[in-house]
Amino acid sequence: MTTRKFRQTPGSVVRGDQAAASVEPAPPTAQTPILSTPDRALLLKDSSRLLQAPARRQWLRGAVTLGGLSLLTGCEIGGGNQAEQFLKAVSRLNDRAQGLLFDPNHLAPTYTEAEVTRPFPFNAFYDVEEVTEVEESDWQLSVSGLIQDRSPWTLAGLRALPQEEQITRHICVEGWSAIGRWGGVRFSQFLQRIGADTTARFVGFRCFDDYYTSIDMATALHPQTLLTLTYDGQVLPKEYGHPVKLRMPTKLGYKNPKYIAELFVSNVNPGGYWEDQGYNWFGGS
Amino acid sequence: MTPSLSSPPPLIHPIWVRLMHWSNALAFLVLLTSGWRIYNASPFLPLHIPADVTLGGWLGGALLWHFAAMWLLVVNGLLYLTVGLAGGRLRERLWPIRLPLLWQDLVDALRGRLNHVDLRHYNQVQRAAYVFAVLDIVVLVMSGLVLWKSVQFPLLRTLLGGYETARRVHFAGMAGGFGFLCVHVLMTLRFPQTLRAMLLGR
Repeated sequence: MTTRKFRQTPGSVVRGDQAAASVEPAPPTAQTPILSTPDRALLLKDSSRLLQAPARRQWLRGAVTLGGLSLLTGCEIGGGNQAEQFLKAVSRLNDRAQGLLFDPNHLAPTYTEAEVTRPFPFNAFYDVEEVTEVEESDWQLSVSGLIQDRSPWTLAGLRALPQEEQITRHICVEGWSAIGRWGGVRFSQFLQRIGADTTARFVGFRCFDDYYTSIDMATALHPQTLLTLTYDGQVLPKEYGHPVKLRMPTKLGYKNPKYIAELFVSNVNPGGYWEDQGYNWFGGS
Repeated sequence: MTPSLSSPPPLIHPIWVRLMHWSNALAFLVLLTSGWRIYNASPFLPLHIPADVTLGGWLGGALLWHFAAMWLLVVNGLLYLTVGLAGGRLRERLWPIRLPLLWQDLVDALRGRLNHVDLRHYNQVQRAAYVFAVLDIVVLVMSGLVLWKSVQFPLLRTLLGGYETARRVHFAGMAGGFGFLCVHVLMTLRFPQTLRAMLLGR
Protein backbone atom coordinates (compact mmCIF):
# COMPACT_ATOMS: atom_id res chain seq x y z
CA MET A 1 0.00 0.00 0.00
CA THR A 2 1.43 3.34 -1.01
CA THR A 3 0.73 5.90 1.63
CA ARG A 4 1.32 9.59 1.97
CA LYS A 5 3.09 10.36 5.21
CA PHE A 6 2.89 13.70 6.89
CA ARG A 7 4.95 15.15 9.64
CA GLN A 8 3.41 17.89 11.67
CA THR A 9 4.72 21.20 10.35
CA PRO A 10 1.86 23.53 11.12
CA GLY A 11 1.70 26.47 8.81
CA SER A 12 3.73 25.31 5.85
CA VAL A 13 2.02 21.96 5.20
CA VAL A 14 -1.46 23.12 6.03
CA ARG A 15 -1.29 26.44 4.21
CA GLY A 16 0.43 24.84 1.25
CA ASP A 17 -2.20 22.13 1.06
CA GLN A 18 -4.98 24.62 1.31
CA ALA A 19 -3.55 26.58 -1.60
CA ALA A 20 -3.31 23.40 -3.63
CA ALA A 21 -6.83 22.42 -2.75
CA SER A 22 -8.23 25.78 -3.75
CA VAL A 23 -7.21 24.98 -7.32
CA GLU A 24 -10.17 23.18 -8.80
CA PRO A 25 -9.30 19.56 -8.17
CA ALA A 26 -9.69 16.43 -10.22
CA PRO A 27 -12.88 14.41 -9.97
CA PRO A 28 -12.68 11.44 -7.64
CA THR A 29 -12.32 9.01 -10.52
CA ALA A 30 -9.12 10.59 -11.84
CA GLN A 31 -6.18 8.24 -11.75
CA THR A 32 -3.20 9.68 -9.97
CA PRO A 33 0.16 8.01 -10.55
CA ILE A 34 1.23 6.07 -7.49
CA LEU A 35 4.86 6.86 -6.81
CA SER A 36 7.15 5.84 -4.03
CA THR A 37 8.26 9.36 -3.16
CA PRO A 38 5.38 11.02 -1.37
CA ASP A 39 6.38 14.57 -2.31
CA ARG A 40 6.64 13.68 -5.96
CA ALA A 41 3.27 12.01 -5.83
CA LEU A 42 1.76 15.11 -4.29
CA LEU A 43 3.33 17.35 -6.90
CA LEU A 44 1.96 15.18 -9.70
CA LYS A 45 -1.43 15.09 -8.04
CA ASP A 46 -1.55 18.87 -7.96
CA SER A 47 -0.45 19.15 -11.59
CA SER A 48 -3.13 16.72 -12.66
CA ARG A 49 -5.63 18.92 -10.85
CA LEU A 50 -4.47 21.97 -12.74
CA LEU A 51 -4.90 20.06 -15.99
CA GLN A 52 -8.38 19.04 -14.99
CA ALA A 53 -9.46 22.52 -14.02
CA PRO A 54 -10.76 23.78 -17.39
CA ALA A 55 -12.74 20.58 -17.84
CA ARG A 56 -14.33 21.14 -14.45
CA ARG A 57 -15.32 24.70 -15.33
CA GLN A 58 -17.21 23.33 -18.30
CA TRP A 59 -19.38 21.14 -16.17
CA LEU A 60 -22.58 23.08 -16.43
CA ARG A 61 -22.04 24.54 -19.85
CA GLY A 62 -21.93 20.98 -21.15
CA ALA A 63 -24.86 20.09 -18.99
CA VAL A 64 -27.38 22.58 -20.35
CA THR A 65 -26.80 21.51 -23.92
CA LEU A 66 -27.16 17.82 -23.16
CA GLY A 67 -29.91 16.13 -25.08
CA GLY A 68 -31.30 19.44 -26.28
CA LEU A 69 -32.37 20.34 -22.76
CA SER A 70 -31.09 23.84 -23.41
CA LEU A 71 -34.48 24.48 -24.96
CA LEU A 72 -36.19 23.70 -21.70
CA THR A 73 -33.96 25.94 -19.64
CA GLY A 74 -34.28 28.84 -22.03
CA CYS A 75 -30.52 29.02 -22.20
CA GLU A 76 -28.67 29.19 -25.49
CA ILE A 77 -25.51 27.18 -26.03
CA GLY A 78 -22.83 29.06 -24.14
CA GLY A 79 -25.38 30.42 -21.68
CA GLY A 80 -24.08 27.97 -19.11
CA ASN A 81 -22.77 30.77 -16.94
CA GLN A 82 -26.24 32.19 -16.40
CA ALA A 83 -27.66 28.76 -15.65
CA GLU A 84 -24.75 28.09 -13.31
CA GLN A 85 -25.23 31.39 -11.50
CA PHE A 86 -28.94 30.76 -11.15
CA LEU A 87 -28.42 27.24 -9.81
CA LYS A 88 -25.78 28.40 -7.34
CA ALA A 89 -28.13 31.15 -6.13
CA VAL A 90 -30.83 28.51 -5.54
CA SER A 91 -28.25 26.41 -3.70
CA ARG A 92 -27.58 29.36 -1.35
CA LEU A 93 -31.36 29.59 -0.84
CA ASN A 94 -31.34 25.87 -0.04
CA ASP A 95 -28.59 26.49 2.55
CA ARG A 96 -30.89 28.97 4.29
CA ALA A 97 -33.93 26.69 3.98
CA GLN A 98 -31.98 23.84 5.57
CA GLY A 99 -30.73 26.13 8.33
CA LEU A 100 -34.36 26.97 9.11
CA LEU A 101 -35.46 23.33 8.95
CA PHE A 102 -32.60 22.21 11.21
CA ASP A 103 -34.00 21.36 14.64
CA PRO A 104 -31.22 20.90 17.23
CA ASN A 105 -33.54 18.60 19.19
CA HIS A 106 -34.08 16.16 16.30
CA LEU A 107 -31.70 13.25 16.75
CA ALA A 108 -30.59 10.99 13.93
CA PRO A 109 -31.80 7.41 14.44
CA THR A 110 -29.39 5.09 16.23
CA TYR A 111 -28.90 1.39 15.55
CA THR A 112 -27.75 -1.78 17.27
CA GLU A 113 -24.30 -3.25 16.94
CA ALA A 114 -25.74 -6.08 14.80
CA GLU A 115 -26.89 -3.52 12.23
CA VAL A 116 -23.39 -2.08 11.65
CA THR A 117 -22.31 -2.32 7.98
CA ARG A 118 -19.24 -4.57 7.72
CA PRO A 119 -16.93 -3.71 6.15
CA PHE A 120 -17.76 -0.03 6.37
CA PRO A 121 -17.03 1.48 2.91
CA PHE A 122 -14.02 3.71 2.31
CA ASN A 123 -14.79 6.89 0.38
CA ALA A 124 -12.67 9.91 -0.54
CA PHE A 125 -11.65 11.96 -3.56
CA TYR A 126 -8.74 9.51 -4.11
CA ASP A 127 -8.19 5.74 -3.98
CA VAL A 128 -7.83 3.78 -0.76
CA GLU A 129 -4.19 3.04 -1.76
CA GLU A 130 -3.41 6.73 -1.45
CA VAL A 131 -4.86 7.06 1.99
CA THR A 132 -3.20 9.59 4.26
CA GLU A 133 -1.06 8.20 7.08
CA VAL A 134 -0.50 10.47 10.02
CA GLU A 135 2.01 9.61 12.74
CA GLU A 136 0.29 9.76 16.11
CA SER A 137 3.39 11.08 17.84
CA ASP A 138 3.75 13.91 15.32
CA TRP A 139 0.10 14.82 15.27
CA GLN A 140 -1.49 17.71 17.02
CA LEU A 141 -4.71 19.55 16.44
CA SER A 142 -4.37 23.26 15.79
CA VAL A 143 -7.29 25.36 16.97
CA SER A 144 -7.72 28.97 15.93
CA GLY A 145 -10.16 31.74 15.13
CA LEU A 146 -12.79 33.01 17.54
CA ILE A 147 -11.67 30.94 20.54
CA GLN A 148 -10.05 31.78 23.87
CA ASP A 149 -7.52 28.95 24.27
CA ARG A 150 -5.42 28.45 21.15
CA SER A 151 -3.03 25.87 22.51
CA PRO A 152 -2.89 22.82 20.22
CA TRP A 153 -4.28 19.47 21.30
CA THR A 154 -2.49 16.13 21.41
CA LEU A 155 -4.25 12.79 20.99
CA ALA A 156 -3.59 12.00 24.63
CA GLY A 157 -5.31 15.24 25.58
CA LEU A 158 -8.38 14.40 23.48
CA ARG A 159 -8.48 10.83 24.82
CA ALA A 160 -8.48 12.18 28.37
CA LEU A 161 -11.75 14.05 27.74
CA PRO A 162 -15.13 12.34 28.44
CA GLN A 163 -15.83 9.85 25.61
CA GLU A 164 -19.13 8.73 24.12
CA GLU A 165 -20.23 6.38 21.35
CA GLN A 166 -22.92 6.36 18.67
CA ILE A 167 -24.10 3.84 16.07
CA THR A 168 -25.55 5.96 13.29
CA ARG A 169 -26.17 5.96 9.57
CA HIS A 170 -23.66 7.68 7.32
CA ILE A 171 -25.43 8.97 4.21
CA CYS A 172 -23.31 9.70 1.16
CA VAL A 173 -24.20 12.41 -1.37
CA GLU A 174 -24.04 9.62 -3.97
CA GLY A 175 -27.09 8.05 -2.36
CA TRP A 176 -25.68 4.99 -0.58
CA SER A 177 -25.64 4.74 3.19
CA ALA A 178 -23.85 2.63 5.78
CA ILE A 179 -24.18 2.20 9.53
CA GLY A 180 -21.06 2.70 11.63
CA ARG A 181 -20.02 2.77 15.27
CA TRP A 182 -18.11 5.88 16.23
CA GLY A 183 -16.57 7.04 19.48
CA GLY A 184 -14.99 10.24 20.71
CA VAL A 185 -15.61 13.61 22.30
CA ARG A 186 -18.89 15.43 21.99
CA PHE A 187 -17.94 18.39 19.79
CA SER A 188 -20.06 20.93 21.68
CA GLN A 189 -18.13 20.07 24.86
CA PHE A 190 -14.82 20.41 23.04
CA LEU A 191 -15.86 23.82 21.69
CA GLN A 192 -16.84 24.84 25.19
CA ARG A 193 -13.47 23.67 26.54
CA ILE A 194 -11.48 25.77 24.05
CA GLY A 195 -13.68 28.76 24.81
CA ALA A 196 -15.15 28.96 21.31
CA ASP A 197 -17.48 31.85 20.53
CA THR A 198 -20.59 29.74 19.91
CA THR A 199 -22.43 32.79 18.61
CA ALA A 200 -20.06 32.74 15.63
CA ARG A 201 -21.52 31.27 12.43
CA PHE A 202 -19.01 28.70 11.17
CA VAL A 203 -16.50 26.09 12.16
CA GLY A 204 -13.91 25.35 9.47
CA PHE A 205 -11.63 22.32 9.07
CA ARG A 206 -8.35 21.78 7.26
CA CYS A 207 -7.18 18.24 6.75
CA PHE A 208 -3.93 16.41 6.01
CA ASP A 209 -5.28 15.02 2.71
CA ASP A 210 -5.81 18.52 1.22
CA TYR A 211 -9.48 18.29 2.12
CA TYR A 212 -11.22 21.21 3.74
CA THR A 213 -14.82 21.87 4.72
CA SER A 214 -16.92 23.93 7.10
CA ILE A 215 -20.17 23.62 9.03
CA ASP A 216 -22.78 25.86 10.62
CA MET A 217 -22.55 26.48 14.36
CA ALA A 218 -25.99 24.93 15.04
CA THR A 219 -24.77 21.60 13.65
CA ALA A 220 -21.44 21.95 15.47
CA LEU A 221 -23.41 22.17 18.74
CA HIS A 222 -25.78 19.27 17.90
CA PRO A 223 -25.55 16.56 20.59
CA GLN A 224 -24.62 13.88 18.01
CA THR A 225 -21.74 15.85 16.49
CA LEU A 226 -18.68 13.90 17.58
CA LEU A 227 -14.96 14.64 17.41
CA THR A 228 -14.26 11.04 16.51
CA LEU A 229 -11.25 9.08 17.82
CA THR A 230 -12.44 5.47 17.47
CA TYR A 231 -14.27 3.27 15.01
CA ASP A 232 -16.00 0.08 16.18
CA GLY A 233 -14.16 0.19 19.49
CA GLN A 234 -10.69 0.49 17.88
CA VAL A 235 -8.39 3.46 17.32
CA LEU A 236 -9.80 5.24 14.25
CA PRO A 237 -8.25 3.36 11.27
CA LYS A 238 -6.45 5.38 8.60
CA GLU A 239 -9.14 4.57 6.03
CA TYR A 240 -11.70 6.40 8.16
CA GLY A 241 -9.60 9.42 9.01
CA HIS A 242 -6.96 8.54 11.61
CA PRO A 243 -6.29 10.16 13.97
CA VAL A 244 -9.37 12.41 14.16
CA LYS A 245 -12.47 12.97 12.08
CA LEU A 246 -15.68 14.86 12.73
CA ARG A 247 -18.74 12.65 12.65
CA MET A 248 -22.17 14.25 12.09
CA PRO A 249 -25.16 11.97 11.45
CA THR A 250 -27.09 15.15 10.58
CA LYS A 251 -24.86 15.84 7.57
CA LEU A 252 -23.95 14.08 4.34
CA GLY A 253 -20.61 12.27 4.16
CA TYR A 254 -18.65 15.03 2.42
CA LYS A 255 -19.35 17.38 5.33
CA ASN A 256 -17.62 14.93 7.74
CA PRO A 257 -13.89 15.80 7.53
CA LYS A 258 -11.25 13.11 8.12
CA TYR A 259 -7.53 13.48 9.00
CA ILE A 260 -8.23 16.81 10.70
CA ALA A 261 -5.14 19.01 11.11
CA GLU A 262 -6.73 22.28 12.11
CA LEU A 263 -10.10 23.66 13.08
CA PHE A 264 -11.14 27.26 13.44
CA VAL A 265 -14.21 29.27 14.43
CA SER A 266 -15.17 32.06 12.06
CA ASN A 267 -17.90 34.39 10.90
CA VAL A 268 -16.72 34.12 7.31
CA ASN A 269 -17.88 31.01 5.44
CA PRO A 270 -14.70 29.01 4.72
CA GLY A 271 -16.39 26.93 1.98
CA GLY A 272 -15.21 23.41 1.26
CA TYR A 273 -13.45 21.12 -1.21
CA TRP A 274 -16.63 19.78 -2.85
CA GLU A 275 -18.82 22.69 -1.82
CA ASP A 276 -16.66 25.12 -3.84
CA GLN A 277 -17.25 22.93 -6.91
CA GLY A 278 -21.02 22.87 -6.59
CA TYR A 279 -22.10 20.51 -3.83
CA ASN A 280 -24.60 22.20 -1.55
CA TRP A 281 -22.77 23.88 1.35
CA PHE A 282 -25.23 23.00 4.13
CA GLY A 283 -25.37 19.35 3.03
CA GLY A 284 -27.60 18.35 5.93
CA SER A 285 -29.91 15.39 6.33
CA MET B 1 -67.73 45.52 -35.08
CA THR B 2 -68.68 42.44 -37.04
CA PRO B 3 -71.07 40.15 -35.23
CA SER B 4 -69.75 36.61 -35.15
CA LEU B 5 -72.16 34.04 -36.46
CA SER B 6 -70.71 31.11 -34.59
CA SER B 7 -69.77 31.34 -30.93
CA PRO B 8 -66.08 30.68 -30.18
CA PRO B 9 -65.20 27.09 -29.29
CA PRO B 10 -65.59 26.38 -25.57
CA LEU B 11 -62.60 26.93 -23.31
CA ILE B 12 -61.16 23.55 -22.36
CA HIS B 13 -58.24 24.57 -20.17
CA PRO B 14 -58.20 27.98 -18.44
CA ILE B 15 -54.92 29.84 -18.42
CA TRP B 16 -53.97 28.79 -14.87
CA VAL B 17 -54.29 25.12 -15.78
CA ARG B 18 -52.11 25.57 -18.83
CA LEU B 19 -49.42 27.56 -16.98
CA MET B 20 -49.33 25.04 -14.15
CA HIS B 21 -49.31 22.09 -16.55
CA TRP B 22 -46.26 23.36 -18.42
CA SER B 23 -44.49 24.47 -15.22
CA ASN B 24 -45.06 20.99 -13.86
CA ALA B 25 -43.83 19.43 -17.11
CA LEU B 26 -40.62 21.50 -16.97
CA ALA B 27 -40.02 20.70 -13.29
CA PHE B 28 -40.73 17.01 -13.83
CA LEU B 29 -38.40 16.70 -16.83
CA VAL B 30 -35.55 18.44 -14.99
CA LEU B 31 -36.11 16.30 -11.88
CA LEU B 32 -36.38 13.12 -13.95
CA THR B 33 -33.20 13.62 -15.99
CA SER B 34 -31.11 15.04 -13.14
CA GLY B 35 -32.45 12.27 -10.89
CA TRP B 36 -31.18 9.68 -13.37
CA ARG B 37 -27.71 11.20 -13.08
CA ILE B 38 -27.92 11.10 -9.26
CA TYR B 39 -29.08 7.46 -9.40
CA ASN B 40 -26.07 6.62 -11.60
CA ALA B 41 -23.70 7.80 -8.83
CA SER B 42 -24.71 4.78 -6.77
CA PRO B 43 -27.10 2.42 -8.59
CA PHE B 44 -28.92 -0.15 -6.49
CA LEU B 45 -30.33 -2.05 -9.47
CA PRO B 46 -28.41 -3.66 -12.35
CA LEU B 47 -29.45 -0.65 -14.39
CA HIS B 48 -27.33 2.25 -15.59
CA ILE B 49 -29.04 5.25 -17.21
CA PRO B 50 -27.16 6.35 -20.38
CA ALA B 51 -25.36 9.59 -19.47
CA ASP B 52 -26.54 11.27 -22.69
CA VAL B 53 -30.14 11.46 -21.47
CA THR B 54 -29.21 12.79 -18.05
CA LEU B 55 -28.93 16.39 -16.92
CA GLY B 56 -26.17 18.05 -14.93
CA GLY B 57 -22.89 16.85 -16.45
CA TRP B 58 -21.72 15.37 -13.13
CA LEU B 59 -23.24 14.47 -9.76
CA GLY B 60 -22.81 17.98 -8.33
CA GLY B 61 -24.46 19.58 -11.36
CA ALA B 62 -27.32 17.08 -11.31
CA LEU B 63 -27.91 17.78 -7.62
CA LEU B 64 -28.05 21.54 -8.27
CA TRP B 65 -30.69 21.03 -10.97
CA HIS B 66 -32.62 18.56 -8.82
CA PHE B 67 -32.74 20.76 -5.72
CA ALA B 68 -33.71 23.80 -7.80
CA ALA B 69 -36.50 22.12 -9.78
CA MET B 70 -37.98 20.60 -6.61
CA TRP B 71 -39.14 24.08 -5.54
CA LEU B 72 -40.97 24.60 -8.82
CA LEU B 73 -42.59 21.16 -8.58
CA VAL B 74 -43.70 21.64 -4.96
CA VAL B 75 -44.86 25.28 -5.15
CA ASN B 76 -46.63 24.72 -8.47
CA GLY B 77 -48.13 21.46 -7.24
CA LEU B 78 -49.47 23.00 -4.03
CA LEU B 79 -50.99 25.91 -5.99
CA TYR B 80 -52.57 23.46 -8.44
CA LEU B 81 -54.09 21.33 -5.69
CA THR B 82 -55.34 24.41 -3.81
CA VAL B 83 -56.96 26.06 -6.82
CA GLY B 84 -58.12 22.73 -8.27
CA LEU B 85 -59.75 21.56 -5.06
CA ALA B 86 -61.17 24.92 -3.95
CA GLY B 87 -62.48 25.80 -7.41
CA GLY B 88 -64.01 22.35 -7.89
CA ARG B 89 -62.20 21.64 -11.15
CA LEU B 90 -60.44 18.52 -9.87
CA ARG B 91 -63.71 17.05 -8.67
CA GLU B 92 -65.56 18.04 -11.80
CA ARG B 93 -62.99 16.63 -14.23
CA LEU B 94 -61.48 13.68 -12.36
CA TRP B 95 -64.40 12.38 -10.32
CA PRO B 96 -66.09 9.95 -10.09
CA ILE B 97 -63.94 7.00 -11.06
CA ARG B 98 -65.99 3.77 -11.13
CA LEU B 99 -64.09 0.52 -11.46
CA PRO B 100 -66.52 -1.23 -13.85
CA LEU B 101 -66.61 1.86 -16.07
CA LEU B 102 -62.82 2.20 -15.85
CA TRP B 103 -62.44 -1.41 -16.97
CA GLN B 104 -64.85 -0.87 -19.84
CA ASP B 105 -63.04 2.29 -20.96
CA LEU B 106 -59.68 0.58 -20.66
CA VAL B 107 -60.82 -2.31 -22.89
CA ASP B 108 -62.24 0.19 -25.39
CA ALA B 109 -59.07 2.29 -25.28
CA LEU B 110 -56.87 -0.72 -25.97
CA ARG B 111 -59.11 -1.66 -28.91
CA GLY B 112 -58.74 1.88 -30.24
CA ARG B 113 -62.44 2.59 -29.84
CA LEU B 114 -62.23 5.27 -27.20
CA ASN B 115 -62.44 8.74 -28.67
CA HIS B 116 -61.77 12.24 -27.40
CA VAL B 117 -64.82 13.99 -28.88
CA ASP B 118 -65.42 16.43 -26.05
CA LEU B 119 -62.07 17.41 -24.58
CA ARG B 120 -63.82 18.87 -21.52
CA HIS B 121 -64.95 15.42 -20.56
CA TYR B 122 -62.31 12.96 -19.41
CA ASN B 123 -63.01 9.27 -19.88
CA GLN B 124 -62.39 6.89 -16.97
CA VAL B 125 -58.90 5.92 -18.13
CA GLN B 126 -57.87 9.56 -18.30
CA ARG B 127 -59.31 10.26 -14.87
CA ALA B 128 -57.49 7.31 -13.34
CA ALA B 129 -54.24 8.25 -15.11
CA TYR B 130 -54.38 11.91 -14.00
CA VAL B 131 -55.24 10.98 -10.42
CA PHE B 132 -52.33 8.51 -10.54
CA ALA B 133 -50.00 11.29 -11.76
CA VAL B 134 -51.02 13.55 -8.86
CA LEU B 135 -50.62 10.79 -6.27
CA ASP B 136 -47.33 9.70 -7.82
CA ILE B 137 -45.92 13.23 -7.43
CA VAL B 138 -47.13 13.29 -3.81
CA VAL B 139 -45.21 10.04 -3.18
CA LEU B 140 -42.14 11.44 -4.97
CA VAL B 141 -42.19 14.61 -2.87
CA MET B 142 -42.67 12.74 0.41
CA SER B 143 -39.93 10.19 -0.29
CA GLY B 144 -37.74 13.01 -1.64
CA LEU B 145 -38.15 14.89 1.64
CA VAL B 146 -36.95 11.80 3.53
CA LEU B 147 -33.90 11.51 1.26
CA TRP B 148 -33.12 15.22 1.53
CA LYS B 149 -33.77 15.69 5.25
CA SER B 150 -34.18 12.29 6.84
CA VAL B 151 -33.27 13.52 10.35
CA GLN B 152 -35.62 16.51 10.21
CA PHE B 153 -38.76 14.55 9.18
CA PRO B 154 -38.79 11.59 11.59
CA LEU B 155 -42.48 10.75 11.14
CA LEU B 156 -42.25 10.77 7.36
CA ARG B 157 -39.03 8.73 7.56
CA THR B 158 -40.75 6.09 9.71
CA LEU B 159 -43.81 6.02 7.43
CA LEU B 160 -41.58 5.39 4.42
CA GLY B 161 -39.63 2.62 6.16
CA GLY B 162 -36.36 4.51 6.72
CA TYR B 163 -33.78 6.13 4.46
CA GLU B 164 -32.88 3.11 2.32
CA THR B 165 -36.52 2.12 1.72
CA ALA B 166 -37.33 5.74 0.86
CA ARG B 167 -34.66 5.55 -1.87
CA ARG B 168 -36.49 2.61 -3.44
CA VAL B 169 -39.86 4.32 -3.04
CA HIS B 170 -38.45 7.44 -4.72
CA PHE B 171 -37.11 5.31 -7.58
CA ALA B 172 -40.45 3.48 -7.95
CA GLY B 173 -42.23 6.85 -7.97
CA MET B 174 -39.86 7.99 -10.72
CA ALA B 175 -40.56 4.83 -12.73
CA GLY B 176 -44.32 5.34 -12.31
CA GLY B 177 -44.08 8.99 -13.31
CA PHE B 178 -41.88 8.16 -16.30
CA GLY B 179 -44.37 5.48 -17.35
CA PHE B 180 -47.20 8.01 -17.11
CA LEU B 181 -45.18 10.54 -19.12
CA CYS B 182 -44.53 8.02 -21.93
CA VAL B 183 -48.21 7.03 -22.23
CA HIS B 184 -49.29 10.68 -21.90
CA VAL B 185 -46.99 11.80 -24.75
CA LEU B 186 -48.04 8.84 -26.94
CA MET B 187 -51.72 9.66 -26.41
CA THR B 188 -51.01 13.31 -27.27
CA LEU B 189 -49.45 12.19 -30.55
CA ARG B 190 -52.52 10.05 -31.21
CA PHE B 191 -54.91 12.92 -30.38
CA PRO B 192 -53.02 16.15 -31.29
CA GLN B 193 -56.08 18.28 -30.55
CA THR B 194 -55.38 17.66 -26.84
CA LEU B 195 -51.95 19.28 -27.21
CA ARG B 196 -53.53 22.24 -28.99
CA ALA B 197 -56.02 22.59 -26.15
CA MET B 198 -53.26 22.53 -23.53
CA LEU B 199 -51.32 25.18 -25.46
CA LEU B 200 -54.10 27.49 -26.63
CA GLY B 201 -56.90 26.60 -24.27
CA ARG B 202 -59.38 25.56 -26.96
